[in-house]
Amino acid sequence: MSNDIRIKKGLDIKLIGQAEETTEEAVPSNIYAIKLSDFHSITPKMLLKVDDKVKAGQAIFFNKSNEDMLFVSPVSGIITEIERGARRKILTIKIQADKEQVYANQSAFNLESASEESIKKHLLSAGCWPFIKQRPYDIIANPENKPKAIFISGYASAPLAANYDYVLAGKEKELQAAVTALSKLTDGKVHVSVSKKSTASPLANLNDVTVHRVSGPHPSGNVSTLIAKVDPINKGEIVWTLNPQDLVIIGELLLTGKFNAERIVALAGSSVKAPKYYKTKVGAEVSTFLYDAGVKDNNIRVINGNVLTGSKITPDGYLGYYENTVTAIPEGNDYEFFGWNKPVLNKVSTSRALTFSWLFPNKKYDLNTNTNGEHRAFVVTGNYEEVFPLDIYPLQLLKASMVKDLDQMEQLGMYEVAPEDFALTEFVCVSKQPHQQIIREGLDLMYKEIG
Amino acid sequence: MGLKNNLHQLKEKYKGTKMAPAFNAIHTFLYTPNETTHSGGHIRMADDLKRTMNTVIMAMVPCLIFGMFNAGYQHFNALGTPVDFLSMDAFLIGLKKILPLVIISYGVGLAVEFIFAMIKGHEVEEGYLVSGMLIPLIVPVDIPLWMLAVAVIFGVVIGKEVFGGTGMNILNPALTVRAFLFFAYPTWMSGDKVWVHGAVERANQMAAGQDVDAISGETILGSLAQNNAPGYDVADMFFGFIPGSVGETSTLLILLGGLFLIFTKIGSWRIMLSATLGALVMGLIFNGVVNAGWITESSKFYGLMSTEFWHHLIIGGFAFGVVFMATDPVTASQTNKGKWIYGFLIGFISILIRVFNPAYPEGVMLAILLMNVFAPTIDHYVLQGNIKRRMKRLKLKTA
Repeated sequence: MSNDIRIKKGLDIKLIGQAEETTEEAVPSNIYAIKLSDFHSITPKMLLKVDDKVKAGQAIFFNKSNEDMLFVSPVSGIITEIERGARRKILTIKIQADKEQVYANQSAFNLESASEESIKKHLLSAGCWPFIKQRPYDIIANPENKPKAIFISGYASAPLAANYDYVLAGKEKELQAAVTALSKLTDGKVHVSVSKKSTASPLANLNDVTVHRVSGPHPSGNVSTLIAKVDPINKGEIVWTLNPQDLVIIGELLLTGKFNAERIVALAGSSVKAPKYYKTKVGAEVSTFLYDAGVKDNNIRVINGNVLTGSKITPDGYLGYYENTVTAIPEGNDYEFFGWNKPVLNKVSTSRALTFSWLFPNKKYDLNTNTNGEHRAFVVTGNYEEVFPLDIYPLQLLKASMVKDLDQMEQLGMYEVAPEDFALTEFVCVSKQPHQQIIREGLDLMYKEIG
Repeated sequence: MGLKNNLHQLKEKYKGTKMAPAFNAIHTFLYTPNETTHSGGHIRMADDLKRTMNTVIMAMVPCLIFGMFNAGYQHFNALGTPVDFLSMDAFLIGLKKILPLVIISYGVGLAVEFIFAMIKGHEVEEGYLVSGMLIPLIVPVDIPLWMLAVAVIFGVVIGKEVFGGTGMNILNPALTVRAFLFFAYPTWMSGDKVWVHGAVERANQMAAGQDVDAISGETILGSLAQNNAPGYDVADMFFGFIPGSVGETSTLLILLGGLFLIFTKIGSWRIMLSATLGALVMGLIFNGVVNAGWITESSKFYGLMSTEFWHHLIIGGFAFGVVFMATDPVTASQTNKGKWIYGFLIGFISILIRVFNPAYPEGVMLAILLMNVFAPTIDHYVLQGNIKRRMKRLKLKTA
């Protein structure tokens, strides 16, 4: 069964540096790191200490508020460092990898006869639970809940994002096992979206799921768009969301018992000499493939994820837990003479105020990280709505979030959104307000106050 | 580049001091800052607030230049020694009268902005760039400069800064300035002299006993409000060869400016269109009243009520107000649906005030200020619609 979802509002930002669809094996990383900032709202409790030996798939720490939720090591090796920040908060756990990888002992899982409880237990203990996120609040799912439905977006519409059709090719078996398991965790359905243009999506022919074909500009591939069109979240309801590449890890665990953190990552961006795909592992040093493809300049921004929602890392940083894209673009830390009034040909704009990107809808741009202006109060109205397909008033929700008006946030649809939904409104914001941060803080506040 | 580096050094030097906002305001005017994204998305659109404001100013420049020619043209016409509209004589009179207005408006207004930015330690925001241009265009040509300066201070402080500056104000600052002038100096502003350069002076000479002819500086609305025929044809009104505030007379140039704003997506076409519709509807209603014979020619409302409904669009400040003032995004309705209602009511009420308030026949100013006050209410009800839809979805689920 296939249903069509078409959105009109949105914006495709076309950038130089699309990853070429060839995959290279990245040099094995010496150090792997787990960054706690990837697991929003989780307080870790360590199970192992520095100098302890760890196997791939062996638990390193657990969630303080739920002892069953284990977080495992992507590789086998020795824990070399636990980096702590203010008030001894754990920031990063670094593991020096063994030459020969050893996997923690897990047996294959019998899906046929598995109950809901046993699947949950298995995913929790094997370290696959953190791949499941929940809405509202966009945090790791609480295993005590039963979601009304599970949503997976198989279409990455963000600029320069890895193409799921390519990175998931040949993984049908694993994907099938994962969605079959997930379908037992919900009373509703597992909804999967694939691009309408896609001809070879490995997600399109799975059983136990409802497939939706989406078309339109970004954010058509955002999971919020899928949720809003299929089964919007109401107050008191919970849905879960997953990324397709994590389904592969879950699927492999269920089929073979092995926690295999391997992932095909797109290295993209205009600062990369030869953008292409690399096979590596979660937590690997980005430098293991960044310099293999080559960078054009030293003054670059390396991003864990895509340019709209990723996080900034240094070139010696590590691949994020949820990411399958690494982007490098030029830093824009330079002044521009009369940048505010001269005609602009080399930047993207949704207006036509002497900005000419509307003349060249198919031109690819080399954008840098300059904000092109200073932070200001909200002034312009109506331009967020042009790129925001949800039935939500983005400006009003942002303002409610800024003034911490919980009632208003709830009424205006805060339960339905994640920070990534505000990436485009942030991009087009003339006042250069930090939309995603505002929404993240708003969600955190609601989680704390309402839970 | 030397200048770039020197300015960068100075910026570092002033960082954290009281001087920083003032310096940065000038610095960012020359150079877009070297600021990079630090949270959320890593790229940003090309436009900033300066570009947005600058686009509006560009749309107004033709009106300003036309206003200079027209000021001189009306002056010589009234003196009984007409000159060509596009003559140097006309332009120089206009330049002499209007350039000081622009300088006072920007000078005083920006000074207030800078002082507030330095006291409160925030950056100088660009809102005043547009207000500063609007103000000289919506005042009479013969306004004394001290009066303008007082009004600008009032408008910026009370109209904007007390609410927290750009983006926070309830009322359009430029209109606040004009409203202040009208209510603080009514004898000066509502008279029939101030609209044409020289008329006031001449009246003073007469009062002093000199033997000269009076010259009239009356606007079309002023004449109509007194049931006099204005004596201008439609083409004059549309092209703008009529007395009035500096920039409001040429409907043609305002229309072009409006189309430019719509094309650049800076101005809201929803507000402009709905306000025009609102004015036409009200005009038709009044025409209907006249046609039905419910009102006699002796009525004091007859002159304006019987004005053909679409003439309202090209006389007075209606077009200018709708294109450049009603569309101010901060004080207008902020939802797309709300903009339709907001715009329509501005048009509707403008003509209503025009007809029923002969003391201030310029209704658009008061209509916009009134709707500025009601814009948050309109938005509130639009939002309630969204909230109700969400609640209904929930009820359907649980039912």
